[in-house]
Amino acid sequence: MSGSRAFRALLVLALACVLAFLLAPVVAIFTHTSPAQLVRALGDASARDALWLSLRTTALALAIVVVAGTPAAYLLATRAFRGRAVVQTLIELPLVLPPAAAGIGLLAALGPHGLLGGVLRDAHVELVLQTAGVVVALVFVASPFYLRAAEAAFGAVPPNVLGAARTLGSDEAGAFARVAIPSARAGLLAGAALAWARALGEFGATLMFAGSLRGVTQTVPLAIYDRFATDLPGALALSAVLVVVSFALLLAVKLATGLGALGVAAR
Amino acid sequence: MVARMSRRTRTLAAAAACLALAASGCGGTSGASSGDASGPLVVSAAASLQRAFGDYARSFRGGARFSFAGSDELAAQIREGVKPDVFASANTQLPAALHAAGLVGAPVVFAGNRLVLAVPHDSRIASLADVERRNLTIAIGSATVPIGSYTRGVLARLPAPAARAILANVRSQEPDVKGIVGKLTQGAVDAGFVYATDVDAAGGALRAIALPAALKPDAAYGVAVVTGARRPAAARRFVAGLLRGDGARALRAAGFEPPPVPASSP
Repeated sequence: MSGSRAFRALLVLALACVLAFLLAPVVAIFTHTSPAQLVRALGDASARDALWLSLRTTALALAIVVVAGTPAAYLLATRAFRGRAVVQTLIELPLVLPPAAAGIGLLAALGPHGLLGGVLRDAHVELVLQTAGVVVALVFVASPFYLRAAEAAFGAVPPNVLGAARTLGSDEAGAFARVAIPSARAGLLAGAALAWARALGEFGATLMFAGSLRGVTQTVPLAIYDRFATDLPGALALSAVLVVVSFALLLAVKLATGLGALGVAAR
Repeated sequence: MVARMSRRTRTLAAAAACLALAASGCGGTSGASSGDASGPLVVSAAASLQRAFGDYARSFRGGARFSFAGSDELAAQIREGVKPDVFASANTQLPAALHAAGLVGAPVVFAGNRLVLAVPHDSRIASLADVERRNLTIAIGSATVPIGSYTRGVLARLPAPAARAILANVRSQEPDVKGIVGKLTQGAVDAGFVYATDVDAAGGALRAIALPAALKPDAAYGVAVVTGARRPAAARRFVAGLLRGDGARALRAAGFEPPPVPASSP
């Protein structure tokens, strides 16, 4: 009896420790300086440049990820083919790749001296140290989050639903657009929110591949780092914005997947 | 009072205890004979010192561990309560400011360096005037890091149109010299302002273009023992070796100049 009570206390203590450890830095961002100072720091023109740049680049990256990733994930979810597991693993690789390795890899692939550097130069495409380079780095690190979620969501659509759509006269493209996507909507939204959150926080690959220049490549995480030495309130204010936005996105994921679960139950 | 602790206070206290427990797990133990904590000396040093200090550490008794980054970032960490044993900065202002705040001991100038214009070894750029041309790309340090403020100081001594033309070519403001050198060696930019020693360290990949003395491209490096250092004796030994001994030799080998004469006060 007392043994099981001690064990329960241990479990609660472990959870309390985990929670305290995970939340302390987040809470400290808001309590380290006064709220007035946080708000004032956001009025700074270079802070607003960083926020606006982050908004633009992450939105563009997310659009690219969704447009290319949705059909790719559908293929992976609905077809069994040789090497599918390998493809799935390769797609997940950026998830576990250190951002610095991603940055070096992007330079080695798309930099002026890189694998495709000559091709890009001939095509007059400039990525390194450009806003377009930020988008490339964001797409690279964020796409696996969407691809994984989308594949799972399409995989959860019962095959007979798609089959029914086709017997009712839809071709496969029609079934994909009118049945598969609406049925998988919740999972797709959750994946998009996660990918967006990952893109918003991207730092290492962006710094190495795209550099840091106000209004051009200095996204919010880079602006936080730039401020750390001389303007701690400014760094904390931008961090606070990222915390709030990331939390909102996480909440969106929870709501979307919750609604998805309800949808399944209703069926 | 303790009995009256609110639930929130108790939660916070528990959280603090958890953090302390976690921290002590990796914090190491004290108790070496000299009064120093055991383990290698911990040195926060400017990124430009990486090669020289790496060499010095090999002969330094007891060993040394380094955190290389922009001097400004390292100083900010110390202001936020991080306690290395030694702080070595690429300028004299940051150690002086930390000393004024009581966070480090009295700083000493231990080495000199020169700002240069660095270009890839096969570049056609031959002079400072060449980087005023349009369609050229340049990387410099951000305004807060010493390499960035030296660069801005040099550019401020140029005629205004020349400085404007060069600044208009800047494509990235890097947090430390490692970033500038990386962008240069990867061909991401055509030129960058770094220290002469960084060009030496790049092993032939880069070429240095000297800047006119009138632009005052000189850099002075300051070092100080951190107040409340866990290994004060080793820290003082490390600093002494930079002025005279293995550290000074490693600095000269890496291309650093002897500390400039007191003209530039810390």
